Amino acid sequence: MSHEHADAGHTSGTEAAHHGHGHDHIHPRPWNPLFRYVFSTDHKIIAIQFLFSGLIFFVVGGLMAMAIRWQLAWPWSPMPVLSKALWSSQGYRMPPEFYNKLFTMHGSVMIFLVVIPILAGAFGNFTIPLMIGARDMAFPRLNMISYWCMPFAFVAMLNSFIVEGGTAEAGWTSYPTLANSPWSTPGSFNGQTWWLIGVLFAGVSSLLGSINYLTTILMLRAPGMKMFRLPMTVWGMFITSILQAFALPVLTSALVMQLLDRTAGTNFFTPAGLSVANGPAAIGGGQPLLWQHLFWFYSHPAVYIMILPAMGMMSDIISTFSRKPLFGYKPMVIAIGAIAGLGFIVWGHHMFQSGMNPALGATFMLSTMLIALPSAIKVFNWLGTMWGGRIQFTSAMLNAMGFVSMFIIGGLSGIFLAATPVDMHVHDTYFIVAHIHYVLFGGSTFAIFAAIYYWFPKMFGRMMDERLGKVHFALTFLTFNGTFFLMHIVGLHGMLRRTADPTIYPLLNGPGVVGMNQFMTLSAFGLGLTQILFAANFLYSLVLGPKAADNPWKANTLEWGTTSPPPYYNFQTIPTVYHPAYEFSVPGVVGDFLPQTEPRPPIAGPMDPIMA
Amino acid sequence: MWDLPFPLFPERASTLAGRVDSVFFVLLAITVFFTTLIGFLVIFFAIRYRKGSQADRSNAFSSNLKLELAWIGIPLVIVLGIFAIGTQVFFEMFNPPKDVTPIYVIGKQWMWKVQHPQGRSEINEIHLPTGRPVQLIMTSQDVIHSFYIPAFRMKQDVLPGRLTSEWFEPSKPGRYHLFCAEYCGTEHSKMGGWAVVMEPADYEQWLKGGPVGSGGGSSDAVPTMASTGARLFEKYHCTGCHGANSEFRAPKLDGVYGNQVPVMAANGKDIEFVTANDTYIRDSILLPKSKVVAGFDPVMPPYKDVLKEEELLQIMEYIKSIGRKEGVR
Repeated sequence: MSHEHADAGHTSGTEAAHHGHGHDHIHPRPWNPLFRYVFSTDHKIIAIQFLFSGLIFFVVGGLMAMAIRWQLAWPWSPMPVLSKALWSSQGYRMPPEFYNKLFTMHGSVMIFLVVIPILAGAFGNFTIPLMIGARDMAFPRLNMISYWCMPFAFVAMLNSFIVEGGTAEAGWTSYPTLANSPWSTPGSFNGQTWWLIGVLFAGVSSLLGSINYLTTILMLRAPGMKMFRLPMTVWGMFITSILQAFALPVLTSALVMQLLDRTAGTNFFTPAGLSVANGPAAIGGGQPLLWQHLFWFYSHPAVYIMILPAMGMMSDIISTFSRKPLFGYKPMVIAIGAIAGLGFIVWGHHMFQSGMNPALGATFMLSTMLIALPSAIKVFNWLGTMWGGRIQFTSAMLNAMGFVSMFIIGGLSGIFLAATPVDMHVHDTYFIVAHIHYVLFGGSTFAIFAAIYYWFPKMFGRMMDERLGKVHFALTFLTFNGTFFLMHIVGLHGMLRRTADPTIYPLLNGPGVVGMNQFMTLSAFGLGLTQILFAANFLYSLVLGPKAADNPWKANTLEWGTTSPPPYYNFQTIPTVYHPAYEFSVPGVVGDFLPQTEPRPPIAGPMDPIMA
Repeated sequence: MWDLPFPLFPERASTLAGRVDSVFFVLLAITVFFTTLIGFLVIFFAIRYRKGSQADRSNAFSSNLKLELAWIGIPLVIVLGIFAIGTQVFFEMFNPPKDVTPIYVIGKQWMWKVQHPQGRSEINEIHLPTGRPVQLIMTSQDVIHSFYIPAFRMKQDVLPGRLTSEWFEPSKPGRYHLFCAEYCGTEHSKMGGWAVVMEPADYEQWLKGGPVGSGGGSSDAVPTMASTGARLFEKYHCTGCHGANSEFRAPKLDGVYGNQVPVMAANGKDIEFVTANDTYIRDSILLPKSKVVAGFDPVMPPYKDVLKEEELLQIMEYIKSIGRKEGVR
């Protein structure tokens, strides 16, 4: 495929015509189904692989969440299905370490196998070449390898359940010395090793993907696609890739160090003379805090890896369905960049009570609070986009609006956690559990739903059912808030995260807290059941949905200029781009949109410098 | 006020709790305002500018530099304001007053061991007097824990191989929950107990080992931590070198605590000064070669596998007790 890219690669920012774009030599797609559908180098197939495996693990992680909620509402009472299958010899009672395994793996699966692979892996892969007008990624084989790292992660994570001691139970943050002393807790006996291997592979997958995305966006843009004509989706993916490329090596080395501590007898994270559970004293000489620094140096940017692509995609969806240009395009790009830049200097806000010097804590507080500024730009510009638009309430738009309003709650509750004195109180309580779910479910997951509703026609050539989609949105929105909002309140009263049974403390055993916990659990079950609607809609539409037109949403970006689904080579001829993606309701244009491939009419006047 | 199944806001029982809550309420006001504003605008625009509505759209521009600057500028002012008030309280939470009383805490899977310098020790309970600032000096025996009393609004991680501290001044007698906030393994949720805050007189009584309010202490007083430490100081043969009458050349420990100590710099030639604080004393016992007092040979063996955490804290308290004497040097 290499010389195909040599052809498609003439993408200097100028609009000077490159002769011969219409006569590209296009390789046929592989005949062998093994290479066509399984070990495919086609970015669209790889995107669908990421999407499907991500959604399957979304079910796995979601079921774990249901089990967690069951325990919190009715502690130690027999759990449907699981009790009979696993604990019939122990009076159908879940052992406490199993609860610890549940929340550890719920977090790990959702973050490393669902949200990051779907947002960056699936939608990054699908949108980037189509939206910049390229035939494929810059390195198609690397792209294939990046996906095929994931099954190793899946196998390692699943295998951890069946090793002696069971799967990891040190939390998704895996703090030593709990995580690296084999005797500290059953899951640290073997399961933790498999957890480390699983996350390592997921990390390598993301790293390979991010290198590919960066190269593709920089080198393979269609003629006329200047950087400041890229749709926000691509900008989101571009900046996410920079984050991944610079932060992931730190996580990878930390994972390897913990792996060596566990298997090769090193002592990176073990202090001198440490003895856990009356085991033999370690030689030691390491620092448990070192892990926290290395881990959060990646994992704080990881939070932005899970929100920046979503912000990019939501910008495109909100603009398209408001039939109005995105408000303040360049400030939006700068804001994403600023969030990413600040994201590298805020990791210490996870460690205010670790024993950190308060002067350093105050510094991290300031850098963290400053993230409110670019976030404010994003939110007010989304509102500005809706202002004066002609808003179409499609399922994608509803989910995008849900994203904006829930992201606000998650973002603002973050200020409580950034403010050091308040964080002293609410750190490690359910307040933080509420915060992370408002960002990662209210934010990222609503964005995933919106993106699936929006790009489904382009991915599979069929439309999803809009009516079911709207019901799914309404029920998800209600049950989501029912599940997570009250967590702020119980957290404020001191209910701690990762606690298997709050009712052993009189304060948390009153009818108020117990009632709230039961209400949250019932809402969570509702939230889980609602997703059956989504699954049904997705699977039914995949096979029997009405055929999609090329541009069902009347959007401007390049992917809607090719067929649905796009051919193997994406574009018959590489398109030429004349303006940014947000030319909706342009004066002098018939219809209310102007694809990027069509020049602006002279009557529309020159572009605003903030927009292009 | 109507009857609620639980208090609307968590109880406050330390002098700083109110200060923390005031920051909380400032933040609450700001966030409720913006959440409502944005939530309202999303719904308002969605209805007003729905497809097919007759709303006036003639002025709806799609970029404006002044607006962008406004919604950077206003949050910036708010953020700096929060930073100013927040940091002030934060520093107070970390700077104990001069006359603070130490209490030692050891975390282990899954219990809290508390030792008062006056001698009494307890498990999963901590007795505290009102009106007197207390500093907890904490370490862990195995994994990371976190000492958290919600009514005091204070939380501090407790790490193995390291000393951390937190201080507070209880203000209201009562029994308050004590939790381990950092996830620490199988029975993490059971690692907790009570902080019992008493009137100072009752506390003194309790320290002597007598039942509270009975008026008289029990006859056999509990030995203080420092005197236990002094016994251990002999038991582990520390006196052989560090004792007052020792022939052997080792640094004397009287009057060391809290003062500047000259030690050899890492290059082995220069001399630098360090403050003999808790961490210095601890490190010098466990790993004596890490900081060698200038003019002495590094001959002391490391005690890192010899002493239990409790014994270490008792010896430290002894060294601190002989360090506080004024004018020894």
